[in-house]
Amino acid sequence: MYPSKFDYVRAQSVEEAVERTSSHSNAKILAGGHSLIPALKLRLAQPDLLVDLGRIAALKGISRHNGTVSVGALTTHAACAASDDLPKVWSEAAGLIGDPQVRNRGTVGGNIAHADPASDLPTVLIALGAQIHVQGTAGPRAIPADEFFVDLFTTSLEEGEIITRVEVPVESNQGSAYTKVFNPASRYAILGVAAQVAIAGGVCRQLRVAAGGSTPKAIRAHHVEAALQGQPINDTTIQHAAAAIADDLGEEVIGDMYASAAYRRSIAAQIAARALSAAAARAR
Amino acid sequence: MSQTLVGTSVKRKEDPRFIQGRGKYVANLQLPEMAYIAVKRSPYAHARIEAIDTRAAEAMAGVLAVFTGQELIDSGVGKLPCGWVVPGCKVPTRWPVVPIGDKVRHVGDSVAVVVATSPYIAEDAVEAIEVSYTPLAAVTDAKRAMQPGQPVLHDDIPNNLSYTWALGDRPTIEQALSASAHVIKLDLTNQRLIPNAMEPRAAVAQWNAATEEMTLWTTSQNPHPIRLLLSAFTLGIPEHKLRVISPDVGGGFGSKIFHYPEEIITPWVARKINRPVKWVASRSESFITDSHGRDHVTHAELGLDAEGHITALLVETWADHGAYLSTFAPLIPTAFYHCLLSGLYKIPLIYGITYATLTNTVPVDAYRGAGRPEAAYVVERLIDLAARELDLDPIAFRRHNFIQPEEFPYQTPVAMLYDSGDYNRLFDKAQELSSYSELVAAREAARAEGRLVGIGVSGCIEASGPAPSKIAGALGSAVGFWESSIVRVHPSGKVSVLTGSHTHGQGHETAFAQIVADQLGVPMEDIEVIHGDTAAIPFGMGTYGSRSMAVGGSAIVKSAEKVRKKMLKIAAHQLEAAEEDLAYDFNGGGVYVKGSPSQKKSFFDLSLGAYTAHNLPDGLEPGLEEQAFYDPANFTFPNSAHICQVEIDRATGEVSVQKYYAVDDVGNVINPMLVDGQIVGGIAQGIGQALWEYGAYDESGQLLSGTFMDYAMPRADVMPVIHTARTVTPSPHNPLGVKGAGEMGTIAATVAVAHAVMDALAPLGIRHLDMPFTAEKVWSAIQEAA
Repeated sequence: MYPSKFDYVRAQSVEEAVERTSSHSNAKILAGGHSLIPALKLRLAQPDLLVDLGRIAALKGISRHNGTVSVGALTTHAACAASDDLPKVWSEAAGLIGDPQVRNRGTVGGNIAHADPASDLPTVLIALGAQIHVQGTAGPRAIPADEFFVDLFTTSLEEGEIITRVEVPVESNQGSAYTKVFNPASRYAILGVAAQVAIAGGVCRQLRVAAGGSTPKAIRAHHVEAALQGQPINDTTIQHAAAAIADDLGEEVIGDMYASAAYRRSIAAQIAARALSAAAARAR
Repeated sequence: MSQTLVGTSVKRKEDPRFIQGRGKYVANLQLPEMAYIAVKRSPYAHARIEAIDTRAAEAMAGVLAVFTGQELIDSGVGKLPCGWVVPGCKVPTRWPVVPIGDKVRHVGDSVAVVVATSPYIAEDAVEAIEVSYTPLAAVTDAKRAMQPGQPVLHDDIPNNLSYTWALGDRPTIEQALSASAHVIKLDLTNQRLIPNAMEPRAAVAQWNAATEEMTLWTTSQNPHPIRLLLSAFTLGIPEHKLRVISPDVGGGFGSKIFHYPEEIITPWVARKINRPVKWVASRSESFITDSHGRDHVTHAELGLDAEGHITALLVETWADHGAYLSTFAPLIPTAFYHCLLSGLYKIPLIYGITYATLTNTVPVDAYRGAGRPEAAYVVERLIDLAARELDLDPIAFRRHNFIQPEEFPYQTPVAMLYDSGDYNRLFDKAQELSSYSELVAAREAARAEGRLVGIGVSGCIEASGPAPSKIAGALGSAVGFWESSIVRVHPSGKVSVLTGSHTHGQGHETAFAQIVADQLGVPMEDIEVIHGDTAAIPFGMGTYGSRSMAVGGSAIVKSAEKVRKKMLKIAAHQLEAAEEDLAYDFNGGGVYVKGSPSQKKSFFDLSLGAYTAHNLPDGLEPGLEEQAFYDPANFTFPNSAHICQVEIDRATGEVSVQKYYAVDDVGNVINPMLVDGQIVGGIAQGIGQALWEYGAYDESGQLLSGTFMDYAMPRADVMPVIHTARTVTPSPHNPLGVKGAGEMGTIAATVAVAHAVMDALAPLGIRHLDMPFTAEKVWSAIQEAA
C-alpha cells in the first residue's frame, strides 16, 4: 500500500495547475483523492507528479443565477447532498455516494474526471443536461455531459485540461429523482437511474432520463423518454415507458460477482419506474 | 461483599486514549535505525518456483537485503507447527517463506523478503524481484479436493485429505433416522469469510546483540503461546531470551490467534541485519494472508417422531482448511463443531463426521465463534425446516424439544456437559421484547398485500471458555486452557492487575478493574490492568473463544482472594485478634473487627506494612502480591434467543433487516455496556455473513473478493436498531458465575437473519438458499419460484 515515487505541487490557481500539468509528461491532478489515492496505493496509477487543486478556493461552492446552478469542481458530495439550490436528483444522488467519509472528501470534478462507469454523478449530469466547464492551455470551453463521458474511465478532456465547474439548468416546474441499487461492497451503483420531468395538466411535457452503473458509461435513456413524452403520467404509462430501458441499455451490460448482466437488465425497468414515479411526484 | 461496581456500566478506561488517537499499536512503533520489510507474494494459487532473480532488487538504493526461503531454512528456522493435531491428522509442511524448487499453494504465499531503509523502497524492490513459476492446476472446492484426479497440494497427503474426524455411531443413528416418522434433509454451505480486523497485522522486532535478546511486538491475541511456538518450533530463540509484546491491538476476531510467517520473518531479519525492523500488512495482504473462517459444505438429516420430538441427527461436513493447517485449524470443524450439535435441544442420538480437505486457498481457522456458528447454523436450519414442514410455529416447536431447566447439568450425546440454562425463560423474554405475536400479525398483513416480509427466530448455544486442559490435551491440543493472574498491591495501596488474557477491543482494562475494585474495596482509579507483555505478566493463554471473563476473570478473583487472606493475617497479628473475629471491608478496603468497625487496619496501612515487614506474623513472607492459575472445570454455555424481521424488495431481491431483538443469557454480567457492545457488534458480523460477506475464489484459485470493493462488510447505515435484553442463569462452576459474551451475537444473528429471509420467501415455496443472500441470489430464487 505504498505508492511509487512521485513529486507533489500545490497549485495556487487554475492557471498554474493547467501550466504544471500540461508541461509535464506524466502528471495527475489531485482533487479529493478518493479515486486517485487508492489507485496510487495499489500502484494502478504511477504518476511522476501530483498537482493538488485542494487550496484553490475559486473551485469550491455552489451558486445559483439566472436559471442555472454552478457547482465548483472541488465542491464535495456532502456539500451537494446538503444543497437546496441543486436539483433534487443531484442532491439525492450525492447523498447516496459511498459513505460519510467519502462524501466529505470526494469532489464533483474528481468524480467525473475519473469517469468510473459505476459512479452516480455521470448519470445525474446526463439527465440534467449539464455543461462541464473546463480550462486548458487553449483557454476555457464547455462540454455537454452527453459528450463528456466517452467510455470506461475515459472522458473528452484534452491533455492538461482541468474541470473548473459544472453548470446545470434549473426550472422550478421540474421534478427529479435518483434511484440506485447498491453494490453492497463498494457502494457504487449496480444500476442508477436519474430522471427529471416537467408535467402540465397531468401530461409529461419534458423528460430527461439517464442510466448508469450497468454500462461502460452512463447513457441517456432515449427510448424511455420517447415512450413517456407527451403521455399522461400514471402508473401504467410509467411502467410502459420504464420497460423501454432495456433498449437503452443495449448489449454492453456489465456484470460482477454481486450482479450479473442478466440481473441488471432484468431489474432495470423497475428501477427506472421508481425514478420516474418519484420524479413525477416531485414535479408540479 | 459490597461496593458493587460489578454489574454496572462503568465507562471504558481505555477509551480516552483511543478516541484521542493515543493508542499504541505495533505500526506506531518507531525505533532508531529501523528498517522495513516487504514480502514478495505469489500471484498463483498453485505453482512451482523454478527460480528467483533478486539482483535488480538488491541493486536498488536503500535495499539492505533480499532473502529467499532457503536462507531461513539453512539458518535453522523451522516449519510452522499445527497446535491442534487430531488423531490421524496429516500436517502439511509449511515454511515461513517457500523455498525455490518447492510450490506456492495459495495466492499470497510468501516467496521472498525485502528489507530496506523505507517501506516505499521495500515495496519498489518487491516489484523488482523476478520469480519464474511453473503454474499448476488448482483446486478450491472443499468437497471436490478429495475426489480422485484433482490437483494434489502436498505430495505426502494424497487426495488432499488431512484427516477425518467422527463422533458417534453411524449405523445406530442411520437406523434411528430410518425409523423416524419424519426426516428433514438438508444440503448447505457455510461460506468462507474473511476476518478483516480493523488493524492489519504487523510485527516489529529488535535484536540486542549484546545480551542476545529479542523483542518482538506483534498483533497477537496471545503473546505467550506465540513466544512458545517461536522458541520451540520456528525461530529457535529460547523463551528466556525472547520477549513478545502485544500492545494495543485493533480487533482480531480469531485471526490474530495464529502463528504467522511474518512473525518469524521479522525477528529473523532483525537478528540477521542487527537492526530493528518493521512489517505492516497492507489491507490487500490481509485479505490473502490472514486465516479465513467457516467454509463448510454439509449434508445433514434430522429425525422426528410422530409427536414432533427429535430422534436423531446426522451431520456430514467437508471443511476446507486451505493450503496449510493454520495453528488451531483442526479444532474448529471437530470438537468445536460436532460437540455443539445438540443445540438447545434434547437429541438422543447424534452422529457427525468431518472430512478436512486442503485446497489452493488461504488457510482457514477460528473466526468469531469458530465451529460453533457452523454447528448452530446446521442445527437451527434443520429445526426451522422441521417446524415449517410440520406446520408449527418455530418457537413452539423449539420449546417442544428444549432441554428443561431441571435437567441441568445436562449431558449431551456429543461430549458437552451443559452447565446451566433456562431456555423457556429466554424465549419468554424474547417474545415479550419483540412483541412476537404482533410481529407475526404484521407479517400476515404484509403478506396479504403481497409483500415479502419474514420473521426469523434463532435459538443458539455456545460453548465458551474452552476447558478443561486435561480434555483439551486428550483431543489433540498442544496448549492448556487455564489462565493466569497476579494481583500486585503496591506499598502505597495502588494495585496492578496482571492478566494472561489479552484485550484487543473487548474492554478488559475496565471490566477486570471493576472486579478487583469490588474484590478489594478500592477505587477503580487505583487499579491498572496490565496485559500483553511476556516480560511483565506470567505465562498466559490469551484471548479467544469468549474465555477472558470466565477464565481470566476467575483467575483474577482467585488472586484477589489470596490478597485478602494475607491482609487478614497481617491485620489479625496487628490488631491482636483472631482471624475469625475480623472482617474485610469491601467498601474502602482494609480489615476491621466484627462489630467494632472503628478498630480497623486500612488498606493503605496493611499494604505498606506488608512491605516494611516491621510487624508481620512470624513466618509470613513480606510483600503483597498473589498469583493464581485458574483451570476451568468446564466450558460455560451462553445461550440466546434472537428474533428479527426482514423485508425483501420483490423487484430487486434486496433484503433489509428492519427489526432486531436479542435476548442473551451470558450468566452474570460484569459490565452491561461492554456486553451489549459485544452482542451488538457480533450481530452486525452475523448480519454481514447472512447478507453480504463471501470470500469467493474462482477455479484457478484467484480470490475474487480480495478488496473492500468486492468483499462486502456490514455498514452502520444498513444496521437495524438492535434491542438487547438478558436473562441470567449463572454458570455454577466459576467464581463470577459468568459465561462468554464475545461470540453469541455472531452465532445467533447469522441464523436469525437466514431464517427471516427463508420465512419471507416461504410463501413462494422456496425451502433453502445458501448464504450470503445477495440481492441477485434472492431475486433469482423469486423468479424461479414464480
